[in-house]
Amino acid sequence: MHELSVAVSLVELAWGEGERLGGRVRAVHIRLGALAGVVKDALLFSYEVACQDTPLAGSELMIEDVALVVYCPTCAVERTLESAQLLACGVCGTSTPQVRAGRELELVALELES
Amino acid sequence: MTVIVPRLVEVRQNVLKRNDLLARALRERFARAGVYVVSLVSSPGAGKTALLEQLLTTLRARYRVAALVGDLATDNDAERLARSQAPVKQITTGTVCHLDAEMVERALEDWDLDALDVLFIENVGNLVCPASYDLGESLRCVLMSVTEGEDKPRKYPTIFHGADLAVLTKIDLADAVEFDRGAALASIQAVRPGMPVVTASARRPNGTAEVLAFLEGRIAGMRAPA
Repeated sequence: MHELSVAVSLVELAWGEGERLGGRVRAVHIRLGALAGVVKDALLFSYEVACQDTPLAGSELMIEDVALVVYCPTCAVERTLESAQLLACGVCGTSTPQVRAGRELELVALELES
Repeated sequence: MTVIVPRLVEVRQNVLKRNDLLARALRERFARAGVYVVSLVSSPGAGKTALLEQLLTTLRARYRVAALVGDLATDNDAERLARSQAPVKQITTGTVCHLDAEMVERALEDWDLDALDVLFIENVGNLVCPASYDLGESLRCVLMSVTEGEDKPRKYPTIFHGADLAVLTKIDLADAVEFDRGAALASIQAVRPGMPVVTASARRPNGTAEVLAFLEGRIAGMRAPA
């Protein structure tokens, strides 16, 4: 359960950015890839814990899911995959290690009240 | 009445930026000192320590080797590895389920990297959490023992996807547990197409030859003039 460690890193990062930009952080927007290895519900729960006794207490975590997208060298197009259990083109079946999206664990934006 | 309108400010940054920056700095330090760094990840009991014991003992004849070993508690693994006579340091993480770059940096504080050729980092036994943390290593090995079930990679795709080499351990037990090698290889290739795979037995004489050959090839590659 490393989501608490991730949440602590996120709160520290957002706290620092909030101070730099000025204003109370009301919400934190992140992008979470299907291959990031982070469980969304566990992160939401951990976020609340990590916010306690910080200026971010009471702020909301908004998570945008990022689907796993690979590049198929045979079809020469990007394909969105339903699962990380088979990195292969859903149309022609070619296996591919070229992940184009889905590893994201990224702070995207802050909602600030100034 | 004042209406507070929140403003949305874009701040694109990796959530684990701090770890990523520390890992990058470590990677640069290792490169400057000419140290090849190999990390080992696996579930608890897959045989990281047993494999490492063999690797340290054998490699010590040809390289200056050392190891960092992560564990939640106890320094039993460090004691086992110290039998190889190589320098070994335990990183006790307490309740933390993975190593991060800062723990590695701290553990290296009083070590002279210039006096090393190969450094192993044994992560905490866990197939989930270590996946998110770059340690600045040159090569990440994921171990999977034949007793664990051939579908492990599909159950933990993130950690297999992030590794550079898969080692099938306890291969001496393969027949006893009716290990389906083809199914295991298919499972690995499904989540990480193109991943090199070697087998190992820490119990058989020369049981780690495939791993050694792979590592020595990579070490030679690092040392070759570009």
